Amino acid sequence: MEAQIKVKRFNPENGAKPFFQDYSIDVSEDSTILDGLIKIREEQDGTLALRCSCRASICGSCSMKVNGSAKLVCKTRIKEVSPQGETVTVEPMGNFPVIKDLVTEMDSFWSKVKSIDPYVKTNFEPEAEHIASNESMTHLLGVMNCIMCGACVSECTALEVDSTFTGPAALAKAYRFVADPRDEDKKERLGKLNESSGVWDCSRCLACVEVCPKDVAPMERIVKMRDLAIEEGYTNTSGYRHTESFSDSIKKHGRLDETRLALESTGLLNISGLIDLAVIGIKSLFKGKIPPPLPHRPKEADKVTNIAKRLDSEESEE
Amino acid sequence: MSKHDLLIIGAGLAGLRAAVEGVRQGLNVAVITKVHPVRSHSNAAQGGINAALTDRGDDWRDHALATIKGSDYLADQDAVEVMCREAGEAIIELENMGVIFSRDEEGKLGTRAFGGQKKARTYFVGAITGSALLHVLYEQSVKYNLHIYEEWFVTKLIKQDGKIAGAIAFDIKTGQMELITAKAVVLATGGAGRVFEPSTNALICTGDGLSLAMQVGAPLMDTEMIQYHPTTLAGNGILLSEAARGDGAYLINSEGDRFMEKYAPDYMELASRDVVSRAEQTEIDEGRGVDGCVYLDLRHLGKKFIEERLGYLQEVALEFRGIDLSESPIPIKPGMHYIMGGIKTDLNGATNIPGLYAAGECANVSVHGANRLGANSLLDTIVFGRRAAVNSVEYIKSASPLDVDERELSKEKSRIQNILDRPKGMRSAELRNKMGTVMTKGIGVWRDKDSIAEAITKMKHLRGQLPNVFIENKGKVFNTDLVSYLELEFMVDVAESICHGADKRLESRGAHFRTDMKSRNDSEWLKHTLVQFAGEELNTTTSDVTITDWQPTERVY
Repeated sequence: MEAQIKVKRFNPENGAKPFFQDYSIDVSEDSTILDGLIKIREEQDGTLALRCSCRASICGSCSMKVNGSAKLVCKTRIKEVSPQGETVTVEPMGNFPVIKDLVTEMDSFWSKVKSIDPYVKTNFEPEAEHIASNESMTHLLGVMNCIMCGACVSECTALEVDSTFTGPAALAKAYRFVADPRDEDKKERLGKLNESSGVWDCSRCLACVEVCPKDVAPMERIVKMRDLAIEEGYTNTSGYRHTESFSDSIKKHGRLDETRLALESTGLLNISGLIDLAVIGIKSLFKGKIPPPLPHRPKEADKVTNIAKRLDSEESEE
Repeated sequence: MSKHDLLIIGAGLAGLRAAVEGVRQGLNVAVITKVHPVRSHSNAAQGGINAALTDRGDDWRDHALATIKGSDYLADQDAVEVMCREAGEAIIELENMGVIFSRDEEGKLGTRAFGGQKKARTYFVGAITGSALLHVLYEQSVKYNLHIYEEWFVTKLIKQDGKIAGAIAFDIKTGQMELITAKAVVLATGGAGRVFEPSTNALICTGDGLSLAMQVGAPLMDTEMIQYHPTTLAGNGILLSEAARGDGAYLINSEGDRFMEKYAPDYMELASRDVVSRAEQTEIDEGRGVDGCVYLDLRHLGKKFIEERLGYLQEVALEFRGIDLSESPIPIKPGMHYIMGGIKTDLNGATNIPGLYAAGECANVSVHGANRLGANSLLDTIVFGRRAAVNSVEYIKSASPLDVDERELSKEKSRIQNILDRPKGMRSAELRNKMGTVMTKGIGVWRDKDSIAEAITKMKHLRGQLPNVFIENKGKVFNTDLVSYLELEFMVDVAESICHGADKRLESRGAHFRTDMKSRNDSEWLKHTLVQFAGEELNTTTSDVTITDWQPTERVY
């Protein structure tokens, strides 16, 4: 079958801006996008640059944007994204600088992975293996499935606005150690992850979970680490205060008290934070976006507050 | 010019294990790799890693015997002894580093069965053992703050006064070429599967280290020993792990029969890989296949079991064939998978060139002989990667300071520039595809005098065409067109060596099955074949196999 592939090209050596180039290639019905790109490179255009190696979704080299969203092109069949022969658009991953064509600079990705101390820390050298339940090891298989392809980072909406965020891949990797029964540094790790750029900076948009080609579900790991951090007593964060204020407000009013949420999340003793908040408040006021100072009470608020209370009591029974 | 004590080429398991050891030994170590370490092909090993752990009643001698029998008595038995004795310690060390091995009910390491062995002694992480090990070794490289030349491509090894003195390489991201001196070099560049088409191997498995070693005068050993894996997908050659059969899957033909009963009644699907691949090919040749394939059947294992222990296989089956393994059998065939042959080394990874070591798939110690057992390759990388580094220490301490002639660099720069300046001609992929077809046809599951002779002639012709290949991309930044061509040059050396090894061995043994000489001939061929450059020509000789405690007997499964 004939496939139409539109590739975003960029060559830092010729001073030209990025542009799209159309290719038309003859491929078999079950060809992957990677098969197509290799065919272009080998038969039509030797100047096209891309990374690829295993062809079997295990090396993590070939993550790219396909029709706007990150995919491992070795495990994405052309038919799947172009059932009627529509043009397939391939671009380099987002949130990464581009080196050439589809090849991105991953230095910051790896330095973030390194920043979480990515190795098991134990205080003794056992003469035999550590004893651990099979369930505890099988549980970690989910994160060990991560092949560091960068697809989650490419689509991360928090990283898009804050490049210092540790990001979904490195945080999923952190979970692998936090949840490893052999690691003896759990509390310190959670303390570090609780700091700015860590687990609370995720906006919980689910994009990483959606695009991960290996079902690692980074966001779920991040949320789990928030719980673990709270359990360890790390509560002095706006993230923690946000969750507390949120649930208090529901229990009290049956709906969200946004003004209070903003104030309490910032922290009532956090003067500089409150000043920043006031600036935002004033700007919002002029745009007509400021919530009412006292929340409107819904008609059957009692029903909602009862649900919230019941959830609380069930949790404490557990 | 950068200077190191020990330069390791390749960042798969053998390379990283060597590097970690080098740092622990206090050496100035650098690793140079053409892809980021976690992209290395060690990833692809799925099933597990063998070891006889004595504290649970296993005996390394049983593992050694299974390995030697699997090798069809071509492995050097002193090397096998080293590997099997050190296996237990290697596994425990990997666990301590953080590998999340599967556990038994007591929380100790659990095993699965694997081919060619009666006892289950394969330790594993789901069906991603290689990947899990590689990522943990990468973690260790971060812990030890290892110096890594990441995405650098080595074009040449440098010798000075007959000793190894470093390498010339360029940064793929910038095109910048450098002379990197080192008192010792460990080649850990992996296999050469791309010489064949199809192959289970990644696109990076282009035999770089084998050719680099040959170019400085090291011989390759038993190159004819090419492993065809019994369960690969037709077309793209993607691998389905032996773990499936280890965990109980069947092989069935078009009539629904478990045909292994005829070929290996005792071991059935878990006979050695060469035996199973030949059985499959016989079924296919005799008309009991479907479209050149037989079937791997996992249905009786159940969905939950498959997803928990063989998850990656299910992923491959679904993604590439749209088959749910718990519902239908999947068509598979023998496919080129592994080279048992490689750079000849001693038990410490040393080659005949002072300062040059090799470990992992590119090396031949030899522990795999004429056929490698499943789950012995990961073990090979860990044991001999470490040994190469340990044994380089003394050599490095006694080596005189290096004073490499800088003109080596300018000579290599102009060689590469001349390649870039070639006029428009044929593309490297065209020549590579021709080579793949020639090699698969000539040096297949079956081979004979004529098929080998034809491959030799055709490879000679293809070598002659190398100067006609042109590089369309003239740029410096990420020029994969140039990299592919340089890899092709390496592959042609390896392909010719494979043909010459096959031509030399006048018998059938393990993976080398000649239809014109069907039996093993111990009186004349209990020998290794050696291929080496003598000027421009390849020269073949033989050397004796080391036998310790296990005399060759008939090999029945």
